[in-house]
Amino acid sequence: MTDAFLDLQGISKSFPGVQALDDVDFDLRKGEVHGLVGENGAGKSTLIKIIMGIYKNDRGKLFLEGEEIDIQRPSDAIDIGFRAIYQDVNLCRHLTVAENLLLGKLPRKGRIVNWKAIYKRAQDIIDDLSLNIDVHAQVRTLSVAQQEMVCIAKSVYEEAKIIIFDEPTALLTEDETERLFNIIRDLKEREISVIYISHRLEEIFEICDRTTILRDGKKVCTVDTDQLTEDEMISLMVGRTFEDLYIADHVSNRQDEVVLEVNDLSKKGKYKDISFKLHKGEILGISGLVGAGRSDIMKALFGAEKFDKGSISIHGKDVVISSPMAGIKNGLAYLPEDRRHEGLALGLTVSANLNMTSFQLNHKFGLVDGSNEKTITDTFIEKLDIKTPSPQQQIAKLSGGNQQKVVIGKWLAIDSDILIFDEPTIGVDVGTKREIYKLLYDLTAQGKSLIVISSYLPEVIGVSDRVMVIHEGKNMGFLDREELSEVALLRMASGLATAEEIRAQTNTGVTT
Amino acid sequence: MRKLLQRDSTTNKIIIPAQLTIVFIFLVIFTLSSVFVGGFLTYNNIFNLVRQTSINGVVAIGMTFVIITAGIDLSVGAVVGLSSVITSLMLVRTNNIPLSIAVGILAGTMVGLINALAIFEGNVPAFIATLGTQISTRGLVMLITRARLIAGLPERFTHFAQKTILGIPSLAIVWFLVAALGGFITRFTLFGRNIYAIGSNREASRLSGVNLRKNIYGVYIFAAFLSAIAGILLTSRMANGIPTAGAGFEQDAITAAVIGGASFYGGEGTIWGTMLGAMIMQTLRNSGTLLGIESFVLDILVGALLIIAVMLDQLKKKQE
Repeated sequence: MTDAFLDLQGISKSFPGVQALDDVDFDLRKGEVHGLVGENGAGKSTLIKIIMGIYKNDRGKLFLEGEEIDIQRPSDAIDIGFRAIYQDVNLCRHLTVAENLLLGKLPRKGRIVNWKAIYKRAQDIIDDLSLNIDVHAQVRTLSVAQQEMVCIAKSVYEEAKIIIFDEPTALLTEDETERLFNIIRDLKEREISVIYISHRLEEIFEICDRTTILRDGKKVCTVDTDQLTEDEMISLMVGRTFEDLYIADHVSNRQDEVVLEVNDLSKKGKYKDISFKLHKGEILGISGLVGAGRSDIMKALFGAEKFDKGSISIHGKDVVISSPMAGIKNGLAYLPEDRRHEGLALGLTVSANLNMTSFQLNHKFGLVDGSNEKTITDTFIEKLDIKTPSPQQQIAKLSGGNQQKVVIGKWLAIDSDILIFDEPTIGVDVGTKREIYKLLYDLTAQGKSLIVISSYLPEVIGVSDRVMVIHEGKNMGFLDREELSEVALLRMASGLATAEEIRAQTNTGVTT
Repeated sequence: MRKLLQRDSTTNKIIIPAQLTIVFIFLVIFTLSSVFVGGFLTYNNIFNLVRQTSINGVVAIGMTFVIITAGIDLSVGAVVGLSSVITSLMLVRTNNIPLSIAVGILAGTMVGLINALAIFEGNVPAFIATLGTQISTRGLVMLITRARLIAGLPERFTHFAQKTILGIPSLAIVWFLVAALGGFITRFTLFGRNIYAIGSNREASRLSGVNLRKNIYGVYIFAAFLSAIAGILLTSRMANGIPTAGAGFEQDAITAAVIGGASFYGGEGTIWGTMLGAMIMQTLRNSGTLLGIESFVLDILVGALLIIAVMLDQLKKKQE
């Protein structure tokens, strides 16, 4: 442990119902680029949030150059010289590059801001990293990549000791990614230590000296990156246990009838030529990395976003769906991923939220049907076992699981045929998860057809009859239930293989 | 929206609902005035108090609808002016009361349509869009009247504001009717339910199938419609068409709604809360005047009351 610059020992952190990190050791050497990989929920962001002082660890110690350090709040981490670059860049968009770089310590002449000195010093900072960015430009006029560069330059200027990159390339083009890597190599030469988090394994292999793999809040191992292949790394990331969340004897209720057919759905810069069929009683899982375009495709289908071309038919009839109401009238339902911003009116009551969609359909001359409102409220509070002191309780005061049940109830209340669930169990407790999975099966038994988007591989494998994998807006193919494995889905989601290639390898006995 | 029950807490602690706080404040101010202000609790004074509150009370109810959607309408005062002078001009020319009123209301309501167009189709922030229509509408009023009073209105028209029905001032009756209508809309109609949903979370409402366009148009047109009615009431009361009529009404309407519990973040607000808000403001002014306090001083108090009311509400939310 002598060569460790930053050394984390036995770090644990739990949230209500979840052990996010369990006795994790992590060491970072001086001037090293250290990759951090793992599936969603493996504990990567919790770990960096502890380093950056956003969370406080329950147990464990942090050492910097052998000295124990105590990070109570974000400003402590900043003072020590830790910086994090997130994909949603944190800069003042309406100020210039130069002002952002020197914010808080603008050079002054007496009490007056010295603009000449500001631009001069900013230019020096930019030149130091050989960046090609106009220091007079307003930050909002820059590309995301350039904004990230400004953040990096600011960190270097402020003599950062450790810079953490959290999915920095999610919004970058290939050229921009390459430029970013050159800067990271430059940081290495300056003896700055880098923690690099990415779902894109090819980037981990290109830039990281060592890599730590997390799984289920535990550390699997830290390895020299060149000792592994991508496939070996994937198999270390997967294989999580899962508390018997899924109903063991999954019975497929899939029927032959096709209820929904999507042909060549495309939107420039988002997704291209997406085609699929959904059968009656089927659960079609949608897998892929965050940002691959999964939600965009489903929102377009529901009428909540526009698309460039493609056609949709429901029960064999071509339909034009130009608004959510049109989607609803065609029997579609969409449960958004972001419950707080897209799913619920948090200031309103349980009852108001449960009836929000049903009101739009069940009114007489614009008058709300009060008795129907009460029926729906009572029915779904009981049926979904929503724990609330009263139907008039403000929904913000309910737990995540109960809030999610209300969102689901809103759609069950109008008896939709085709339900799209976007991350149905995000931020809900284990008990509610189990209830939601059971509900999914019950719905298919009633002849409903379901699309389930999930970033949680065990979930998508556990509930789906079939899975479609999206990689960077392209359909990588379909795997049937018996072909599903975390390795196969991860390989497809990373663009390493199509469904056909997975099948070919399985048939010829090549193990991955 | 049964706001009273909405404030239920999961704990056993008794939390005084915001709306009840308003009732309490009103009762305190009213009682204090009755006891300490000579001439306050007389039939004539209460009569006057209600009558003074009525016209702006009508405007405030329209404003409440807008604020519930997290919007704002600064043009209401100018719409009062527009409907006042248009109705007066029509009366002088035609002497046909129903027709004149109809044209006045139509003209005022058009401003609401323009507001909605700018806000929804043009994506102009409501503050800016309605500030613009406020300036332009007032300019138009001044242009068509050359900034002069329109006198010579028929007696049957001007008499209305002086009338009482069963001892209640006619203006107050109009206010109560409008309030009843507003209360009915917010409670029992799809439109009423949807504006709370939109104000609370616009995107969630859209994804739930709520028609944003219809409802946003609805609130701005309704606010302008009620302001136009207020303009006609004011004209009857003043017995003249007055180009500057309604100047500053947006201030009082916003203040009444906010004191009454409407939130600028949207999703909150009630009609009866706004009515009480308007009454509180007017009671302060009325008893202040009776005590011989300058109206400028009273303005200072009303402004402070507005800020304190919102501060207390924020404090309470933080505690929760």
